[in-house]
Amino acid sequence: METERTESAEETFAVPEPDVPWVTIVHNDPVNLMSYVTYVFQTYFGYSKDKATKLMMDVHHKGRAVVSSGTREEMERDVQAMHGYGLWATLQQDRR
Amino acid sequence: MPGTFEPLPGGGAAVALDDVEISIIRSLAAQLLELIGPGPAEDASADPLAELFADGPSEPPSDPVLRRLFPDAYTDPAKFPDTAEKAEEAKAYSAEFRRYTENDLRAGKREGALAVVRGLDELTMETGGAGAGGGVLRLTPERSLQWLKALNDIRLAIAARLDITDEEDSEILYRLPDTDERKPLVMAYLWLGGLQESLVETLMD
Repeated sequence: METERTESAEETFAVPEPDVPWVTIVHNDPVNLMSYVTYVFQTYFGYSKDKATKLMMDVHHKGRAVVSSGTREEMERDVQAMHGYGLWATLQQDRR
Repeated sequence: MPGTFEPLPGGGAAVALDDVEISIIRSLAAQLLELIGPGPAEDASADPLAELFADGPSEPPSDPVLRRLFPDAYTDPAKFPDTAEKAEEAKAYSAEFRRYTENDLRAGKREGALAVVRGLDELTMETGGAGAGGGVLRLTPERSLQWLKALNDIRLAIAARLDITDEEDSEILYRLPDTDERKPLVMAYLWLGGLQESLVETLMD
């Protein structure tokens, strides 16, 4: 199942810049509790309370925060996990 | 304190709930279950292998609650794509992502909501049936996490129904007159927020 999906994904969408890392972005919404968002960042990513709190504050005040970076597959896994927790997350290639 | 989760010695959490509180949470969890739907486990063929290989949907759900629970993975909600090509690309990637993740995500959220319904039904049975006044719900650490996520999903669902999309919307809703038909749902939303807050506190530190 895994193999089949990967092959078809590569066939259809060739990634033009393989060296540029991908990032997972969590977006602000008025529903998720600040404590819950911090808890998710600590639990899922294993971040310290300080780092998790800082990322949560960035989401809250700036409307978004980059919470992880890596390969496209890794970021898809993170985005899926965030959706599982009810956080609004997207991934994109980091072109900054 | 009634209506507030307290940590249990050795892990887990407990909360005292009365009949009305039990019925509100149960009804909201059941509505969420109904909305998420039976999923592939119940409507697909009896062949478990075929089910394993079944693709999820590629189009975003039309219901606003489901769209919030299963958002597009490649579409930045705050930024407009630079070009039409970029928009098309994001749409295609999102569809691909949805095909192989949405079934699993639905299954996870369904299990969480089911755990809430079952936990409340067990509590009602233990304490002498509906109308007996409620009781103390005890959750293992594993169940606490399921409840935490399910309470969050329920709050996301209510917020989508009430069209809460920014902080100002929630401010307006807090000041609704008692006669407004949205008032009971807003009260439930606020109360569940407090309940979830107390549960997350038992899980931190």
